[in-house]
Amino acid sequence: MNFKAVNILVSGLLMLFLGLSAAWAVEPEEMLDDPVLEARARDISQHLRCVVCQNQSIDESTAPLAKDLRLVIRERLTLGDSNTEVVTFVVDRYGDFVLLKPPFQGDTYFLWFGPFVILLLGGGLVFYYFRKVLKPARGKKGK
Amino acid sequence: MKRLGFYIPVIIFASVVLYMAIGLTLDPSKLPSTLIDKPAPVFDLAAIEGQSVGFKTEDLLGQVSLINYWGSWCEGCVYEHPILMEIARRDLVPIYGIDWKDPPGEGMKWLNDNGNPYTLIGDDPEGRTAIDFGITGAPESFIVDKEGRIRYKYVGPITPEVWKEIIYPMIQELRK
Repeated sequence: MNFKAVNILVSGLLMLFLGLSAAWAVEPEEMLDDPVLEARARDISQHLRCVVCQNQSIDESTAPLAKDLRLVIRERLTLGDSNTEVVTFVVDRYGDFVLLKPPFQGDTYFLWFGPFVILLLGGGLVFYYFRKVLKPARGKKGK
Repeated sequence: MKRLGFYIPVIIFASVVLYMAIGLTLDPSKLPSTLIDKPAPVFDLAAIEGQSVGFKTEDLLGQVSLINYWGSWCEGCVYEHPILMEIARRDLVPIYGIDWKDPPGEGMKWLNDNGNPYTLIGDDPEGRTAIDFGITGAPESFIVDKEGRIRYKYVGPITPEVWKEIIYPMIQELRK
């Protein structure tokens, strides 16, 4: 395979993957005429979980409920709600669970700090085990 | 000290296993409702095609009641229906139905085929009120107290066991 062929293959694959990652479910008739509002609606939708298919955002999901929520978000924005107000509107009804990025609050401290605590514990254990191995080594150097 | 060093990883491993084992038994589709102990959402739904009276928030005041989200397209509702019919026949609690995202006429057709257990029915063709209720799928049912506050939410078809062990005892408690 010459360089050009490799180049074409790689670009082709890249385009394929980029195309896949940009997949969304918003239908043309849902979109708002105002591009600024539509961009805000897309941004909000990308951060809200679809409660039917829980690992997708409502922006990606083709579930009917996700569509209903996308329409409600656009309606609230058109009525003049801020982004935060729209998100609060949905959270009031479906709970914190719909936030794809969990909020930083009392019941999520373990979620946010847990990994660091585990890292510290693990690091401590590693240090504890290797201390014995390292000490004689240092001692030898001293001699 | 050597003993402790051996046990720490074992304890950590055991807790992770326990944690994950508990996680496996949880059903992620059953979300806690944010509406518990809050007033029912404000709605004023039109009648479904084939009926003359709709269903609004004020209808809930002064009695303990059950709100049931359903649709003619909903498979779980077929399983649940016989128990709703039995509740209505024995007049145990008024059941209010909300017909969720049904094409005009389909809800009434389904009720004509399967029987109508509902005291009143509201039509929610676009699912706007469903979002106010935080509905994730049908059937879903809510126990509402005399003051019109939501006290309990049940996701999925009500089975005779759920009725006997959870829903009916709670209704009787709220009537006191």
